[in-house]
Formats: sequence, structure tokens, C-alpha cells
Amino acid sequence: MVKIGLVVFPGSNCDRDVFSVLNNILKLKTEYLWHKTDSIHEFDAVILPGGFSYGDRLRAGIIAARSPIMRQVKKLAERGLPVLGICNGFQILVESGMLPGALLMNRGLNFVCKWTRMEVLNTSTPFTGMLNNNQLINIPVAHGEGRYMIDQDTYESLKKNKQIVFKYKDENPNGSIGSIAGICNDNGNVLGMMPHPERASDQILMPHGLTNNAILIFQSLMLFLSRKKTVNKRRR
Amino acid sequence: MLSSTEDDYLTRQLGRTPNPLELDMTSTEWSEHCSYKSSKMLLKLLPTKGTNVIIGPGYDAGVLDVGNGDVITVHIESHNHPSAVDPYGGAATGVGGVIRDIISMGTRPIGLLNALRFAPIENNNASSSKWLFKNVVKGIADYGNCIGIPNIGGEVEFDESFREYCLVDVAAIGLGRKDEIIPNEAVCNDLIILAGNPTGRDGLRGASFASKLLVEDRSAVQIPDPFLEKLLIEATREGVRTGCIKAIKDLGGGGLACCLSELSDSLGMGFEIELSSVHKKIPFLSPNEIMISESQERMIYIVSRKKQHKFTQILDRFGITHSHIGTVKDNADLVILLNGRSIARMKSSVLANAPLVNRRSIKPSYLRKIKKYFVEPAEVEDYVDVILKMLSIPNISSKKWVYQQYDHEVGTRSVIKPGEGDASVLKIDNDRFISLKLDGNSKHCYLDPYEGTMGCLSEACRNIRCTGAQPIGIIDHLQFGNPERPGIYWTFRKSIEAIADFCKFMSIPVVGGKVSFYNETKKGAIKPTPVIGAIGLIEGRSNIVRSKLESGDSLFLIGSTCEEMGGTEYFENYHRSVGGRVATLNLNIDLLHGSSILQLIHEKITNCVHDCSKGGLAISLIEMALQGNIGISVDLKRIPNSCKRLDYLLFSETNSRYLFATKKTSEAEILLDKLGCSYSEIGHAGDHDGNIELRQSKKRTISIPLEKARSSYENLDTIMKGYYQG
Repeated sequence: MVKIGLVVFPGSNCDRDVFSVLNNILKLKTEYLWHKTDSIHEFDAVILPGGFSYGDRLRAGIIAARSPIMRQVKKLAERGLPVLGICNGFQILVESGMLPGALLMNRGLNFVCKWTRMEVLNTSTPFTGMLNNNQLINIPVAHGEGRYMIDQDTYESLKKNKQIVFKYKDENPNGSIGSIAGICNDNGNVLGMMPHPERASDQILMPHGLTNNAILIFQSLMLFLSRKKTVNKRRR
Repeated sequence: MLSSTEDDYLTRQLGRTPNPLELDMTSTEWSEHCSYKSSKMLLKLLPTKGTNVIIGPGYDAGVLDVGNGDVITVHIESHNHPSAVDPYGGAATGVGGVIRDIISMGTRPIGLLNALRFAPIENNNASSSKWLFKNVVKGIADYGNCIGIPNIGGEVEFDESFREYCLVDVAAIGLGRKDEIIPNEAVCNDLIILAGNPTGRDGLRGASFASKLLVEDRSAVQIPDPFLEKLLIEATREGVRTGCIKAIKDLGGGGLACCLSELSDSLGMGFEIELSSVHKKIPFLSPNEIMISESQERMIYIVSRKKQHKFTQILDRFGITHSHIGTVKDNADLVILLNGRSIARMKSSVLANAPLVNRRSIKPSYLRKIKKYFVEPAEVEDYVDVILKMLSIPNISSKKWVYQQYDHEVGTRSVIKPGEGDASVLKIDNDRFISLKLDGNSKHCYLDPYEGTMGCLSEACRNIRCTGAQPIGIIDHLQFGNPERPGIYWTFRKSIEAIADFCKFMSIPVVGGKVSFYNETKKGAIKPTPVIGAIGLIEGRSNIVRSKLESGDSLFLIGSTCEEMGGTEYFENYHRSVGGRVATLNLNIDLLHGSSILQLIHEKITNCVHDCSKGGLAISLIEMALQGNIGISVDLKRIPNSCKRLDYLLFSETNSRYLFATKKTSEAEILLDKLGCSYSEIGHAGDHDGNIELRQSKKRTISIPLEKARSSYENLDTIMKGYYQG
């Protein structure tokens, strides 16, 4: 049975929302990992949920990026296991150097909470296997510092390497370069995204007329992990 | 400061002259803000019992049974004085305070609402009101977003009587298990633990500051720390789950003096407090400062000696500083020690129960003057222009600029979100849902506090019914000027009478509330502003109304429109005319129409309902069209009414009216005939991106393209975005 770890920092506040999707809707075995946990090697994937770790003091994600558990998360990522950072989780991944670039204050200078559509640009990550290229996902954003920024050269290389996984389709809610909503690392196993898939996974929470296709992100992870387990078993 | 009568009463009760510390504690606790001395007697008129009520008003928050062993807690607070001085900090600490009231009941906060009032923002001299508006919204947003509780709804009103002032009302709702409600009990030798923020000099005498007319006093405003409060929520929840906590009380207005005396009084036990044990921001604080400081994000917990270790371990794990400041005693006194030496000793019951004051009430003279000098405005000619102007009035136009700054999705419970329906709907467990709405109308209440308050009650209940909910409780926040003035006290009395009459008739209990007096500046008092919150329950997701108009729908109106123009947006904001008859409420009709709309919903005859209120029928129809992004065609001659003018028909704010859309017209007619409702099929939905067409006769039609209406309706957004760009 696969096991997913959900990292909880002081001030994380989407941990219970992600838990509820994984555990209650998808019946995936999920455990909370308090930021002081020193061993996470038995987990098959790790999710860094959204929120305001350490109250966003100094800068969003910067304190959490230096907490002991992040060394463990890095090791796990180096083993090629999937790591997903959502919103504040994305900010932490960027601040810890696991993903390139920076997340700046929104261009409108205000926190913005609204529903958006994002387009899928890479379907070969552990989180996008069940999605189609150019598929549109209905998903809300809620952040003050979500404007993804990077120098032009790296931006071109991200594009070339298919590291831009999601981009906003209609209006760009925060002024991100190239309307970027989510990127992955070189290897594709570490994904950071500003929009919240856990808020768009249960049909009852969808605005009128929209379907909950964001749940495919978690279902892709589930499929990826179950396939990997089968392969590992065969190898043994 | 105590009045001389209060001073005499205190001396008599103590049997001696109070020392300066005792005097400071008492004057804080006996401030209007903490003691309700001017309002307590009238508040007794309100019905507080009902089938769902577990705990009514009086504790930190009311508790309602919603079945399946679940309870919800609700509370409302304001932070008007602090927000007028420091809008960001004042509004943020207001949110913090109301959240702690929910934590104090042992429940987890799951939603926030706010009702905000400012001076007009659309004219040229509006920079101070825009500044207040922008920073109040930012204060609420930053606190709620950081702490991870969705801000799911509210209302905003602009009126000249809030010039250089503002009203910031925040409400919170919590969810918990019935068997986890804090018992609120204590025995001798239990421990008193103070946890959270160290005590400092912030917010000194805040409660007294809020109990007199506004004079800028920055030291009386508190400093917000949502991160710490988030940790307090999690630690308290864990303390509740592990059965560590016997009683909790949050520290709000009046600081330790208020919290300890009220808790000791409600438990019926004495407290012995050692001030040198209190953890402080700075070492040199006088006993008086420690007792009345209003440093935020602090809680008092009572735990047994057996659970002490376990509970302090929880606090340590979350990195929350705490101190064991005292012990529960087998007497009835609040005793304050400094290094073992007693420096104050008073009966808690004396301290916690200020002598009540009888205030005189006389019908204010302004009502007579308005009646005497009121001139009916002339009928307008260009209806397209009037309707577009009405849509652009900030009281009416979309509040998108506000709610997009609030995280209204966190917690994954928000089913009907801000801007989507007449009220917000939150998911709780077992296919049940809670609907919530706050409503106020200072313009109606100014002209007729009794009928105006009735209207707010009716409107709040109508709004939650429009989402499919049955009202199960009311919260109220009563905001007035100086109660020592008989005219103001009269408006307060009328408002209370309305709530009592409405709630008794409807059998809806009042489960929480708050009174805020002295809302005055040098420019005078605010208009009487009761804000009403309605809480409703929806059983089963199929009963949730999404209110999206669709092509081919027929439009129905329940209720007849009367010439009730006093305090309407049309009179006040289009004609700048104050006066006329305020919408009155017929309780029998209100109940009939309310239960009929619920029956239409439950029998699946309609899934699109909208209330008619601010701006009148014309605005409600257009809001419905904009929400569905669909044109409509309405025959104005089919609207049941007793209006002699077309503008009155379009903009009257008569109560008890509902618009609904259906494809099952004959079923709707049969049911409404059976129930005995007055109703009419007034038109139908047209095409996407079509026009709004209001037909006066065969030849004359008021026609407005949907996009034109939308751009007027987004005027508030435009004004505030323009303000940012300077």
C-alpha cells in the first residue's frame, strides 16, 4: 500500500483540505508530517500544502524552507520520488532551491482569490499522467505572492525542457512571466503550482457549470504510485 | 472612570474604599463595552430559546445543534473605534477577537463574515473614506487569509453619517462535536493558565476607549498576530480532543481584569492570581497595566493538576508561550497577588456585574423635522439612465473588489461563494449545509428604527431562504450613538422591540449578539445601525439553490410592491432625498412567502431564487440577469402593485418579495394558488448576452444591453482600482 506524507508547518492551513481529498475521496493512505519529523524515508510521495507557514514572516516560504524536514524532502526528491508543492508549498520549494525562480507579490499588489482555468503543457510528470496536452483545468487561486518570475534565459530553457507544466489560460491573475501557474524540476518529479487542486476536486465545491477535473492531478499521482509499486514488486 | 453613583455602589459592596488597582479594574469592567449596563435590561426581551439552541447569548458564542452530534457556534463583534483610528490593525484585531470567541467554545472556526460601513467613496472629497475602506478590507483579508479561515460573505454600505468613522462588524462560525463542548466547570486547586502573546502596553484601556465618543488614541488600539492565533486554534483543538481543558475564556476588551472576573463569576469559584507569573513583553509593567492591557491573541485555560503536564506539552509543541498565573479557590473572590502580597481583593460577582443604568428614551426630534420638510422628488424621465446610475451606486454594485481579496475557498467547505448567491453556503458533514448572511440598512433604520430593523431581519432570512435554507438562529449587532441621549436610546429601544417581535413570531431564537454604543465623532452620531445575521440549515445537497438563470425560464414574482420609498437607494442616492414611508413588514405575509419559496425549492419547482431588496425590483431583476449572463424580458404591467408612479414600482424596497425562475410554470402556479400567495408570472429569460427589457406598454420598452449593465454594476471595483493607481 502506498503512503503519502503531508508536511505540516506552523501556519500551514490547507493540510486538512488536501488530507480530505487524498484520504476521504481517493482513499489513499495519508499521514501528516509535523515539521520536526526527522525521518520520512518510508513515504512514497510528499505534498507541501498551502497556507501561511510561519505567518509569511520575512518572505513567504523562506523560514519553512530552512526547517529540518526540508532536508528529508530534498533527499526523497533526489531518490526520484514525487514531491508536490501547492501555493505556499510552491513558495517553499522555490525558497529551498528545489525549483528555480522566485514568487513575487502579485502585480495588482493585492491578495487575489478567484477561479481560473489553467492549461496543461506537460503530461509526463507523476502528477499529470492522466491529463491531456492543452487540456483546461478549472481551479481557484488564492495568494498574495504568486507572480512567478525568472530571467529570460532560464525561462527559455524551462520552456524547452517542458518544465512549464501549467499556465493560466484566460486572465493572468498575478502577472507571472508567461502566465506560468506551475513548473517542475529537470527530472519532472518535483512540481510546484500556485492554484489549489484540492479546492477543485469535489464536485459540490465547483461553481455552477464547472466540472472537478483538477482531481485528475491527485489521481495521476495515485496511478503513478500504483504502477511503480507493481514494477518494484515484479523486480523483486 | 466610574460615575459617582457607581463609586458609592462599589464602596458599599466592598465595605471600604477601593484601592487604585481595584478602581482601575472596576472602571474597565464597568465600561459600557464590557458591562452592557445601558442595554442589559432591554436585551432580556429577546427570545433566546429554541429547538436547536444548546447555549444562547451570554457565553462567548451561541451554540446550535445541527443534528448528527454536530454543533455550530456563532458570534458577532465590532471594532469600530479602533478601526476608525487604525483601520488595518483595528479591523484585523476585530477578526482575531471574534475567532477566539469561537475557539472558546471548543469548536473550530470554519467561516468569517463582515459588515462594513463607511462614508461615500464616489465623490471628490472621499479620500479618507477610501483610505479607511481599503485598509479595513486589507486588515480583514490579511488576518483571515493567514489564519486559514474563509471569509465567505458580508455586506458594505456607504452613508454620510459614517463620515470620518466606520463600522467594522465581523462574525464567525465554528463547527464542533456536541460531546466536545467545553464543560466550563472548575474545582478548588485547578490551575489557571495564560497562553499566547506576552502582555504588553498595547491596547491599554481599549474597552474604556470604545465606551465614549471617538477621540484619537493610538495606544488604545491593539496589534494583530494571526500566525499566533492560528497556533492557538490548533493547540486549543488538541487540548479539547484530549480532554485537557475544563474552561476557556479569551482575552478581549478589558484584558485580564474583565476575563478573570467574568470567568470566576460564571464558574462560581474564586481565583487567586499571581501577577509576577504573567509572561510580559517588557519587564516593567505596573499591576494596573497588566490587569487592563488588551494585548491580543491571549487565552485563559483552566486545567486540572492531573492534566497540567499534558496540556503544557501541547502548548510547547506549538511554540506558544504560557504561564501558570493562578489557582481556583473555594470562595467567590478575585484575589490579585504581587510576589505573594495581596494587592486587590474583590467579589467576582460585584466586579462582573456592573450596576445597571436606566436610560431615558424620547422619540428624537429629527423624525418630526424630516416629516415636516420632506418633499417628494419628481418622477424621472430617462429610465435607462436612472437604472444604470442605480447599478453604479456603491451600495448596490458588485463587491468583487472586496471579496476577491479574501480567501473564501480555504477549508474546502464553500459551496455557494461570495457573489454567487444571496447568502453563503458552507458544507458541514453528512450532507448538511449551513447558510449565512449579514444584513443592515442604516437608511431605513434612521427613518424608522422599528420597521427598519424588521426589514433587516426579514431581508437576512429571505437571503438565506433563497439558497434553500430554513432559518434556525439570528445574531444581532446593535450599533448606536451615545445612549445617554434619550433620542438615541429611543432608537435603540425600538430596534430591540423589532427583534423581539420578529423572532417571537417566527420562532427563531437570538443566539448571539453585541451592543456597541458611543459610535459618534465630533460630527455627530451614526445612524442607528443594527446588523442582523441569519443562520440557516439545508438538509441534502439537492436542496441547495444555485440561482443560475437559464434560457427558457419563466420569471415569477411573489409579493406585491407598495409605495415604500423612505430610505431607498433611489431616494437617498439618486435624488439625495431623505424621508418618506419606510417599508413596513407584515409578519404573516413574510412567513407565508418565506415558507412558500422553501416549498417551491423542496418540490424542485425552482432552482433560481433571488430576493428583492436594496435598489428594488429593477435592480434585483438585473442582478438575476447578470448572474446568469442572460437577457430577460419583463412585462411591467404584470407586476402586482399599488404604486402610482413607475419609478416607485421599479425602485420601492417593499419587504417579503421573492423573484424565482422556473420551467415548471403550471406546477408553480398550482402550488402558489394552494398556499394562497400573491404572485405573478412577469416575464422570461432570453438569450445569452441579450438585453434587459422592461416593457411598459406595446410601444415603450426600457432596454439595456447586458454588458452596459455589467459595466455600471462593477463601479465599486472601478473606483477602488482607480484609487490604487493614484
